Amino acid sequence: MLDKMPQAVTIRIANDAARRDRSVERDVVYPYELPLRLWHWVNAAAILVLGITGYFIGTGTEVTPGEASDNFLFGYVRFAHFSAGYVLAIGFLLRIYLALVGNSHARQIFYVPIWRRCFWSELWRAVRWYALLAAEPEKHLGHNPLAQLAMFFMFTLTTVFMIVTGFALYAQGSGNDSWQYKLCGWVFAIWPNSQDVHTWHRLGMWVIVCFALVHIYAAIWEDVMSRRSSISSLISGEREFRD
Amino acid sequence: MGAATETFYNVIRRQGITRRGFFKFCSLTAVSLGLGPLGPSHIANALETKPRMPVIWMHGLECTCCSESFIRSAHPLVKDAVLSMISLDYDDTIMAAAGHQAEAILEETRAKYKGQYVLAVEGNPPLNEDGMFCIDGGKPFVEKLRSMADDCMAIIAWGTCASWGCVQAAKPNPTRAVPIDKVITNKPIIKVPGCPPIAEVMTGVVTFITTFGKLPELDRQGRPKMFYSQRIHDKCYRRSHFDAGQFVEEWDDEGARKGYCLYKMGCKGPTSYNACSTVRWNGGISFPIQSGHGCFACAEDGFWDRGSTYDYLTTIKQFGIEKNADQIGMAAAGVAGLTVAAHAAVTAAKRLTLKRDGAAQDNHRG
Repeated sequence: MLDKMPQAVTIRIANDAARRDRSVERDVVYPYELPLRLWHWVNAAAILVLGITGYFIGTGTEVTPGEASDNFLFGYVRFAHFSAGYVLAIGFLLRIYLALVGNSHARQIFYVPIWRRCFWSELWRAVRWYALLAAEPEKHLGHNPLAQLAMFFMFTLTTVFMIVTGFALYAQGSGNDSWQYKLCGWVFAIWPNSQDVHTWHRLGMWVIVCFALVHIYAAIWEDVMSRRSSISSLISGEREFRD
Repeated sequence: MGAATETFYNVIRRQGITRRGFFKFCSLTAVSLGLGPLGPSHIANALETKPRMPVIWMHGLECTCCSESFIRSAHPLVKDAVLSMISLDYDDTIMAAAGHQAEAILEETRAKYKGQYVLAVEGNPPLNEDGMFCIDGGKPFVEKLRSMADDCMAIIAWGTCASWGCVQAAKPNPTRAVPIDKVITNKPIIKVPGCPPIAEVMTGVVTFITTFGKLPELDRQGRPKMFYSQRIHDKCYRRSHFDAGQFVEEWDDEGARKGYCLYKMGCKGPTSYNACSTVRWNGGISFPIQSGHGCFACAEDGFWDRGSTYDYLTTIKQFGIEKNADQIGMAAAGVAGLTVAAHAAVTAAKRLTLKRDGAAQDNHRG
């Protein structure tokens, strides 16, 4: 089977476990398994809800007239935020489980292989590629090193931070006897004034916003420029190399 | 100093309770506690012989607002707290003795009640220039604090000054004023923050210690759980307006008149741990939010350094300019967006030129 492969595909991709039989006809591999894709979109939806509701929680909504007993607008906004927060947190735990049992691509966002020399050389090539200095992209099956850096530092670490500070702030409402306080209350040992935790949580939101911007742009750009499926990959799970 | 050796029994006898009444009280207490036949005599013995808890009240860098608050306590009345429950042996602001007489009491208490007295500290010590910014009795306050803390049972840190540092520790803190727990690390410290703390909270802490002979349960930050485990927000009577999304947006708008939530006016009730919304002030008359002004978290760490009193989002000064998280975040997102747009434009331009070049080359070949 391997010998039938098109020459354009590098050996590493050819040897990848995610490669499938149907790649005989098209240059297609299958890096993203179904649970991973499901997580990606559920997580994206949760982040969207969290970002919007979180923004309003920090600044306050428009004023709703009428009796207080007839309205629960801010309550619903907060409810949506907390629910989406739980979805994100539980999803993240499942995502860690996926990383443990899934293929190597499921582990990519959890570490940066700075100890590998090839990581640095590939990183340099990726930078050149994004700076439009390289004519041909590296054919990466998963994330390229630059994307992996962004995923790890801007997404994974920030998400962990947001989950921990989020539950710490939630514990302010659920009380000092709650499991949220027992689990995440140590945050207030670092920032005794919880206003600081609110501030950091909000800055974290903006890091995620910046990440989302770059992430979506880079996905579309890669799709167009490197002739490598990117967005559709996260729906079908297949990565197609169109050249 | 004679007052310090007075027992509970002496005090209640002086207040007109008979010895018979005293024994009745002891018996009743023993029964209610489920003690055996010897219980009443044990209790009577303890109350007759155990001296009242001596308290030394010291003042460092402070404004005396804690004392001002304390003397307005209604439940219990401060006269009961000061004259019956505890033996307030030293408080330079309100004591009759002065000068060497007053200072002598400190040494006397230290020697006589080693490990038994409570050290109540109002204000905090400045450490710069060897503590010269606060001289008390001819010595830097920090020395006095250290020496009295050596032999005390526990320390009560009155107010935000003693607990967190407060205004004298606000940036740039020229005197390097520090909270008590940065100087004294080997004694239990009860933090009773607030600027000032609520009178009833102060006397409540004192009453608890004298009644039960032990320190109240403290939270992670060293504050008594019974008064500081909930936020102003959790028990705020305007909370329903918060949940309904009804906010004051101007100080004199319709919402302000209707008593809507002050969140948008920068009320820091959601981040402030104190008992104002339950105990309230001046004998339960009111508290800031009830008077139409947001809470500015006076009981929280470094509340002077969190930007405007009227902004919920903290001012961040680390970037050299005064911005809050939203302004910084939006700027970052804007830069990211512009970069993306520029990158897309350059990419498009490059592709176009490449195509044209390619077409030109094809033409040449053709």
